[in-house]
Amino acid sequence: MDMATLPRAAELSRAGARNPRWHPGSAPALHSEIFAPANEASGAGAAFALAMDGWRSAARQDDSLPAAEERAVLWVQDRAAMRAGGRPYRPGLPEVLRHRLIHVAAKTPEDALFAMEEGMRCRDLACVIGEVAGNPRAMDFTASRRLTLATEKHGVPLLLIRLDAKADLSSARMRWRIGSAQSAPPLWNPQAPGRPAWQAELFRSRTHIPGEWILRDEHSFLAAERIEPASSPAAPDHGDLGERAGTRSLAAL
Amino acid sequence: MAIWASELALDRWRHSENCKAGEDADSEPLALITETAHGPRIDAANAAGRAAGAAKGMMLADARTLCPAIAVRPSDPAGDLAFLERLAIWAQRWGPWSAMDAPDGLLVDVSAVAHLFGGERRLLADVEARCSARGLSVSAAIAPTAGAAWALAHFAASGAVLGPEEDIAARLADLPVAALRLDNDVLLVLRRLGLKRLGDLTSVGEGRGDEQRGRDALHRRFRNRKSPAANPLIRMDQLAGRVPEPLLPVVPLTAALVQRRLLEPIRHRDLLDTVVRDLAEDMARELEGRGEGARRLQLGMWRVDGEVVVRELEMAAATRDPAHILRLFTARLDDVDAGFGIEMVRLRASWAEPLGLDQTDLEAAAEAHGTSLAACMDRLTVRLGKGAVQRPVLKASHIPERAQGWQPPLEAEPATQGQLAFHTRPIKLLEPAEGIAVLYASPDGYPQRFRWRGEVFEVARVEGPERIAPEWWREKGTARLRDYYRIEDAKGRRYWLYRLGLIGDGRGGAPEWFVQGLFA
Repeated sequence: MDMATLPRAAELSRAGARNPRWHPGSAPALHSEIFAPANEASGAGAAFALAMDGWRSAARQDDSLPAAEERAVLWVQDRAAMRAGGRPYRPGLPEVLRHRLIHVAAKTPEDALFAMEEGMRCRDLACVIGEVAGNPRAMDFTASRRLTLATEKHGVPLLLIRLDAKADLSSARMRWRIGSAQSAPPLWNPQAPGRPAWQAELFRSRTHIPGEWILRDEHSFLAAERIEPASSPAAPDHGDLGERAGTRSLAAL
Repeated sequence: MAIWASELALDRWRHSENCKAGEDADSEPLALITETAHGPRIDAANAAGRAAGAAKGMMLADARTLCPAIAVRPSDPAGDLAFLERLAIWAQRWGPWSAMDAPDGLLVDVSAVAHLFGGERRLLADVEARCSARGLSVSAAIAPTAGAAWALAHFAASGAVLGPEEDIAARLADLPVAALRLDNDVLLVLRRLGLKRLGDLTSVGEGRGDEQRGRDALHRRFRNRKSPAANPLIRMDQLAGRVPEPLLPVVPLTAALVQRRLLEPIRHRDLLDTVVRDLAEDMARELEGRGEGARRLQLGMWRVDGEVVVRELEMAAATRDPAHILRLFTARLDDVDAGFGIEMVRLRASWAEPLGLDQTDLEAAAEAHGTSLAACMDRLTVRLGKGAVQRPVLKASHIPERAQGWQPPLEAEPATQGQLAFHTRPIKLLEPAEGIAVLYASPDGYPQRFRWRGEVFEVARVEGPERIAPEWWREKGTARLRDYYRIEDAKGRRYWLYRLGLIGDGRGGAPEWFVQGLFA
């Protein structure tokens, strides 16, 4: 047995030592879920910001990596998501993504799941962004487990935006709750809206302890400003996991 | 090869009545009629009807005086035409392409095909046998030009073959001038001129002996008739092959085509899958030999009862991977009705593009950990439909919803002017823009508070207006201008609002407000 991989006593005593806090540039999860309200575009904006942050950190770690910059991005929306939040608008996309976005308009959540899975199987895609409204029956734990297995097998990241959805059972490696935050005033016109900012809460993750941040898209990097919780750290937040699991064992999940 | 179904309408009627020629309902006099301005007119009459005196083109009242017992059914020209179209596709079993010769004929290109059937005579015998098995009375003929084949099919004994080395004019000299496919008034002119047979016309037209003047006279008589159907000289030239006669549809002969004729008609899906797999492999070999990849594939399934089921597939990039083709087709074969069985399956690459050879081993290794982009797009398109997978492209317009168009994912982007860097645009656009109720300080000022989807938004920061004028070259003169505002509300939500029109612009009442875009 390799003793080096075992946790040390100091790490066991403190939760944060082995699972460090998330920060921009830390290794991204392959399957992330983002919960966002449907009547704002904060979910899509944060998803693109997190995806680009992931590419930048991957490029820093491995110079030989082929530039993810030139591969296409698949954006899958189901009909309800399109009706609630509109369709992507090319002139407003991040500059590096404008010419390589492929949009899939799926009729049903089942079709959207199929499209996401096919997208993850494709080696020529940089990432897959999914957008599904509500908690449709098809988006159950089995479906999310399927997505996780596919993304881990093929290595194409998936960012699944859930519009107006409850955080039900899911096997996503990182689960975010995102909303808009007030933007920093621009330099030349303080009365105008500035660069996008989001209030992001990481409420469940395998590799990081939960926390809350204000994320700011600073064009060439992602800035994060930690919000200290008002009260002392309480019991870890498992989302709605306990409530939804009912009488079943959590270990079975 | 020309096929003339001389009694097409009657054959269809007999098929619907399920009786053979001259039996049951067909033994009584019968006429198919259309209603015209002058009363019902006979379109077709059966053998008993013709014996009783009814003829095509006769008024029904006249026929009734000759034969009071004649039965009458409405004719169905549109149905006949649709049937002829299906028949034309079915007739491609004898040649790579066929053309309809409305109202009741077909033309099939059988160049270099006859040997597959054991010669021209056996090909014609096959045509006769297959058509009579379907209850069609046809007469067919083969000739080097379409015009000559048509003439022989209509006016010679059935099964006439005109070889390429024979003299067309000499062989057809005895046929009436109606064999030239001319309009009725032209036929009347020729009859009045005393030109009754093709031989008469040839001798005049070619100006044999001292009849040179006759040819000039014919030329003068028809000098301003440009349409071939109105000019016997053009028709003569077409008949003899001196003038090309294009026929529609001209399917390019270069399309790669593989087919399987099946010993036993198949009715089950797994057998069909096997056949399609074999065809896909044949097609891959065929395309590889040409150095091409297929963009569009047509799978035709000829059923025993004469129907043809066609499934079409379009791919995002040229491919000839049999596994990929098979996978795409299996998703489309679920709703095929095999009827009494499928006797022939044909796969045709109707659109192919050059595709070089690639190293299959490396490709296979890559296949193990993912598909290529083109394959992924194909799979998505086949399941979700053609318009579902698209790429946004810029269009030359200032109106935001017109500034973006959609095109298939792997097509080259059209050249555009680009965007102005100082324009900030939302990441998502609502289609269509949703109306909102707005509170404002002054009618042409900033919005202060608005209600959208049952929620009230307090505007905290705002930039604008950005005025976008209507496109007068596309819209009516009453279209109103738009003033766009980028706003951020108290909670930090960012939207793109616009006010349609101004107060007092004379193009409607109070301006309306809309939310059109959502910023990140």
